[in-house]
Amino acid sequence: MTTYQNNDHLAGDFYTQNFAKTAGEGNLILNLGPQHPSTHGVLRVVVELDGEYIMRAEPILGYLHRMHEKMAEVKTAAQFIPNMGRVDYGHALGWNWAFVGAAEKLGGIEVPERAEYIRVITCELNRIASHLLWWGAYLLDLGAFTPIMYAFDDREKVLDILQIPTGSRLTYSYYRIGGVAQDLNADCIRRIQEFIPWFRSRLPMYKDLVSDNIILRKRIEGIGAIEQDTCRRYGATGPVARGSGINYDVRRAQPYSVYPKLDFVVPTSDLKDARGRYDVRMIEMEQSLRIIEQALDMMPEGEVLVKGAPKPSWKVPAGETYFAVEGARGKIGAYVVSDGGKNIYRTKLRAPGFCNLSLFAEVSQGTILADAVAILGSLDLIIPEIDR
Amino acid sequence: MNAIPAELLRIIIGLVAIAVSVGLIGLVMVWVERKVAGHIQRRPGPYEVGPNGLIQPLCDALKLVGKQLFMPKGADPILFWLAPVLAFLPVLLLFLPLPVGDGLQTLDVNLGLLLILAFSGLAVLSVLLAGWASNNKYGLLGAARGVAQAVAYEIPLLLSVLAVSFVAGSLDLAHVVKLQGTWPWNWNIMTQPLAFLIYIVSALGETNRAPFDLPEAESELTAGFHTEYSGMGFGLFFLAEYANMVVVCSVATALFLGGWHGPVLPGPVWFVLKVSALMLLMVFVRWTYPRVRFDQLLVINWKWLLPLAVANLLLTAFFVKLAQFA
Repeated sequence: MTTYQNNDHLAGDFYTQNFAKTAGEGNLILNLGPQHPSTHGVLRVVVELDGEYIMRAEPILGYLHRMHEKMAEVKTAAQFIPNMGRVDYGHALGWNWAFVGAAEKLGGIEVPERAEYIRVITCELNRIASHLLWWGAYLLDLGAFTPIMYAFDDREKVLDILQIPTGSRLTYSYYRIGGVAQDLNADCIRRIQEFIPWFRSRLPMYKDLVSDNIILRKRIEGIGAIEQDTCRRYGATGPVARGSGINYDVRRAQPYSVYPKLDFVVPTSDLKDARGRYDVRMIEMEQSLRIIEQALDMMPEGEVLVKGAPKPSWKVPAGETYFAVEGARGKIGAYVVSDGGKNIYRTKLRAPGFCNLSLFAEVSQGTILADAVAILGSLDLIIPEIDR
Repeated sequence: MNAIPAELLRIIIGLVAIAVSVGLIGLVMVWVERKVAGHIQRRPGPYEVGPNGLIQPLCDALKLVGKQLFMPKGADPILFWLAPVLAFLPVLLLFLPLPVGDGLQTLDVNLGLLLILAFSGLAVLSVLLAGWASNNKYGLLGAARGVAQAVAYEIPLLLSVLAVSFVAGSLDLAHVVKLQGTWPWNWNIMTQPLAFLIYIVSALGETNRAPFDLPEAESELTAGFHTEYSGMGFGLFFLAEYANMVVVCSVATALFLGGWHGPVLPGPVWFVLKVSALMLLMVFVRWTYPRVRFDQLLVINWKWLLPLAVANLLLTAFFVKLAQFA
């Protein structure tokens, strides 16, 4: 007979206790995270378990809140660009673009055409890197240890390429208000041209070895179906919405830069489940290669930074504007309000991950714990982006 | 010397040899597993300590031994520390009736197979105790999974083993091996291919190896039933896993792959080679496939393995009877 000492240390904090108030009799309250192998960072999900079944789930955010929006109020526009590279380490250039684009829109600055093409090329490369990171990590969630090594092998090549013009490997601050910091040099272009056929040859291998694997298919097919209505209600975008059959891509819906001139397909899937989102991302990587290929051909010679580009002390003209780009995880938006002062008055960043994560509570209800992990992974969450 | 019975002496020497070899196998297997995993993943694996990282597992073992033994608040101290010991000790007993070579067997009993199957059942108890006593929700979930899985997979494992012993008419491993011949077509795998397949799949489930490593599924349950174990507590579970692998592979070798039989080379060498090949297969599987879901795992067992194993057993029994009449 062992009498346990008090279990106060297991009672949990405010969130757990509040969550437990409405828990069913005999159900287990389990905290997934903030330190947990499947949450990729410091996401915390409180779940109510009946055996292995999830009765309720509630994501708790804020463990990685870094006040990016507040920082935007105490920095000049140009000084804020490095912050944008750190919002989302997966697709940093997308965030670069959203903010820079908003500032340009407000300042009425024309970006040289070559710079637009360079932005497209680098942004799409970064999208491939981001999807590869997701792909590897997702399969790690599903218990396959090896694919992440192959994904990182490929991603490494992309990072090497992006390192040449940007000078960094993860948290880029490459775009400038009025263009980009540096031209792509011959070495960089040669390496991109080498990368495209090489990566094309890799994708069928991934399909054969991983995507068509019976265990993987059983794990993701029919799991975590998200109805279009649910997607719309939560404002889900990107591969999550497209995996549910919503044909919404900012590159097509609200065209920006030179995307209208480029020929690419916006993949959607009617499966609505984790498999749909998986397929969409895999096809997106192929499409990104196509975009890069075309952009390389069409790229004109010329300046990469507009003449008389804004200096760091440049004051954004008074006004307000919204600029959105298609990030790897969905619609990245920057809402910028300026009163013409030294610093921008207010910047609101729209993170796609936040909306996509909000879905989780509803979608995970009634699933098995292992499925919840599969759903969480299929949303492609980057926690710093969600908490900002 | 007369005071000590020869049989006891044999068991003592055998046990010492087993204890040493289990430790050694653990070290070697850790190295092999990490090296193979490395090569599957296009990286060198352990590389720094010793030639090709050979000393690495030894360093890891020393590190584990040197670590503080930590017990979570509110855990049941007796059961908590009993669990890793209970996981490891029965495994040593499992080695007793294994026929490594002709006559090279610690315990020559005619119920060797039964002994192995009985004692391997104890592993479940240790998983349950570890998960329950550590006062951790992940541990509890892992333990619940572990028990359900082990109970389920034990049955097809037993049935597939039984099919072979029907043919041999014995539960003595050495006897089963003796009935097989030198060449692969003389082995039981030729007459019982289905039983071999069922055995290998169930063995993966029994030893909690990927893709059936659900009790310790790290992306769901952090580390499952051994979440709270540090130092040698974890080390013993770890060692037990590898030792269990060796046992199931050895039993498979004896039952299906002709045991010590083989051309040219001496018997024990063949035995070790065959066991190593099976172990490598298990390592390959682990690093290649994703993990199945828990309900899928049970579906594979109850809907496929069990009916197939029963059908196989019945067919085998039928033919054995037929052979007797003929």
